[in-house]
Amino acid sequence: MAKVGVYVCHCGSNIAGVIDVEAVRAFAETLPEVVIARKDLFMCSDSGQEMVKKDIRDGLVDRVVVAACTPRTHEPIFRAAVEKAGLNKYLFEMANIRDQGSWVHSHDHEGATEKAKKVVASAVGKARNLEPLEDTFVPVTDAALVIGGGIAGINASLALANMGHKTYLVEKQPSIGGVMAQLDKTFPSNDCSACILTPMMVEVNSHPNIEILAYSEVEDVSGYIGNFQVKVRQKQAYVDWSRCTGCGDCTQKCPSKTPDGFNCNMSNRRAAYIMFPQAVPKKAVVDIEHCLNCAGREIGTLPTINEKTGRPILAPCERACTAEAINRSIAFNPQGAIKEIEVGAIIVATGFQVMEKDWFKEMAPASPNVVTALQMERIISATGPTEGKLLRPSDGEKPHTITFVSCMGSRDEHFHNYCSRVCCMYMIKQARLIKEKYPEIAINMHFIDVRAGGKGYNEYYINARELGINFFRGKVGGMEMLPGEKLRVLAYDGDTASNIEYESDLVVLATAIELPKDANVLAQKLGLQFCGSNFFRELHPKLGPVETAIEGVFLAGCCQGPKDIPNTVSQAKAAAAAASAPLSQGKVRIEAVISEIHPEVCSGCGICIPLCPYHAINMTTYADRPRAQIEMSACKGCGVCTSACPSGAIVLHGYEEAQIFAQIEALTA
Amino acid sequence: MSFTPNIVGFACQWCTYAGADLAGNLRAKYPPSIKLIKVPCSGRVEPEYIMEAFANGADGVLVGGCHFGDCHYKSGNYKTANRMKILGQLLEDSGFDRNRFRLEWISGAEGYRFAEVVEEFTKDLQEMGPNPLKGGNGHGR
Repeated sequence: MAKVGVYVCHCGSNIAGVIDVEAVRAFAETLPEVVIARKDLFMCSDSGQEMVKKDIRDGLVDRVVVAACTPRTHEPIFRAAVEKAGLNKYLFEMANIRDQGSWVHSHDHEGATEKAKKVVASAVGKARNLEPLEDTFVPVTDAALVIGGGIAGINASLALANMGHKTYLVEKQPSIGGVMAQLDKTFPSNDCSACILTPMMVEVNSHPNIEILAYSEVEDVSGYIGNFQVKVRQKQAYVDWSRCTGCGDCTQKCPSKTPDGFNCNMSNRRAAYIMFPQAVPKKAVVDIEHCLNCAGREIGTLPTINEKTGRPILAPCERACTAEAINRSIAFNPQGAIKEIEVGAIIVATGFQVMEKDWFKEMAPASPNVVTALQMERIISATGPTEGKLLRPSDGEKPHTITFVSCMGSRDEHFHNYCSRVCCMYMIKQARLIKEKYPEIAINMHFIDVRAGGKGYNEYYINARELGINFFRGKVGGMEMLPGEKLRVLAYDGDTASNIEYESDLVVLATAIELPKDANVLAQKLGLQFCGSNFFRELHPKLGPVETAIEGVFLAGCCQGPKDIPNTVSQAKAAAAAASAPLSQGKVRIEAVISEIHPEVCSGCGICIPLCPYHAINMTTYADRPRAQIEMSACKGCGVCTSACPSGAIVLHGYEEAQIFAQIEALTA
Repeated sequence: MSFTPNIVGFACQWCTYAGADLAGNLRAKYPPSIKLIKVPCSGRVEPEYIMEAFANGADGVLVGGCHFGDCHYKSGNYKTANRMKILGQLLEDSGFDRNRFRLEWISGAEGYRFAEVVEEFTKDLQEMGPNPLKGGNGHGR
């Protein structure tokens, strides 16, 4: 017979304000095998935990049920307490009477109390059937993978590498740097983005513990915390990077032109290109889709020989490359190469994309003088298409009036309900940079309201007002294209409660930050989940902001939600610290909640084998007969096999059939 | 209508159970009809458990898992979907209205959705009346 102790929590008034705690406690006392039922103001407090520990130490109870909040946050706390008192931590069960009780049934005290009784009975039913389990420990590969080489990935990599961990940094573009490399200056200090970013990029490249895998993407992830096996596809650059010196001669000679993504398609680059002048690694890539195959030099074919000179006729890029890094006679594999790496922890820092202006039909997206804020960054950047000169795209003339429109796609139920958090500030930054350089340009900014919550941010905004920038509270209803490439802005001014109309030469749309579409593919490979605003979901919004539901996988930067550079750097360093914990320990605990096959019951039918999402089940021989067997370290404890086994030979520890039946019985009593 | 149905819910710990917790955080109100049994994955739920709950007198059973593509265990929810397909027929054959059983994909971000589903399911069950084994009429043996 089990000796079950039930402990009901008031949670201050969180539970007791709705549920009759004493009634639940008294009811628990009547349940079979319950020897003690107590209550406390806060069960998770020291005194609450001590009460449980004392009962265990005194030999009064050997199963513990705490009726309180959710096991998703507090089960580890109570399990640790139970273990400290000398009881196996798996002999503990929680009854969720707050998050799924008092908080949602505050309109029905009696109903909530009756439900709480049933939920406690269900937990007691399970507890009576619990078995002690033992965790196992597995060794850890002391290496980390960081996916995404923006400012988040760069900081996470440097932090991990400085803690002594081998770190692989995978970046899909030919260079690390991310969106921050496209920015001109950064708020609120107006630091030149390149000046603070590029030294870090160089440091990453030269760090002995960091290996950059640029122009690469994660192809496949298997394994578990401490022991992930990752396949990384290194995309085909059609340039031998071991020889490429990054001189850029090929990019000068290549005749093919195609829109330059780094300049937000406002200028052209060549098919043979280096992503941007400060690229790290500084290596050339041949964009084979736009390559013209000059001189008939298709990849993998031998050159024709000039009859007069007897020399091969080479493509301009080949001729230009004195380092002999470009050789079009080589039959490159268009799929690139797969590199297999083993790591103990993974940080996902894949960043964001901004919405394109074409989504906003009312804002005259067809006009070249309507640009996104990221395009504006490139226009005012010294490395941009105009080399930093403020010229409007349609005719290269200097604008006299510039309009900024906030919340394009953010805080808008047609697109995203969330606030993109950085738009107000970067718009003010762009406006300030322009106003400081060209005081004669009129700048009109339209906001729902200005959100400047951050250290030094509101001061930055006030200063912008003092510079003579015009701020309007109210939305812009639309734009009309006028002759001469001007735009008529139709807006509302909340301060005067009137509609306003004026002509503008250049319009900047602060389009929303969102998760790139291809993030779904990565999410599936890793098993990541999404939150309501469609970013990657962290383990807990407050207490687990860098962890995910997958142990050993962490988040940093805008892939978790919109944030500015200071917050991104903070989160990246936090993720690195969290990822370092298992790496530094040298071993990780594997929870005992996994499946096990009883070979004497197994009929060897093999139904379970294809069902396992982790290929953890294989056939072996037991007593001269074929029997299924689970690889413990590969099992993640979903129980899909357990439910499918026609012989009932598979047990999912922690969710055993007898335990679930006891719960059903209690809930339907 | 005075009858409060008793709903047994099986909720995967990563999505629907988390969604139910979020409903709590959001203080989204719903009737105290549903009581959840936490399972690691909806793929752990055997049709037998659902039949057992009905045989014991549950008025409704809900199985909640992650949306397709969102499963913590990659594909457990697809297996659930396949497994539950025949359950409706099995219920009908046993003399239960198949609408007493609901399979829902509710993510950990869908707290309000969870509350909505319980609200709606409770109303439906109130219209259906109690489990026929517990004296319900018109739907049972």
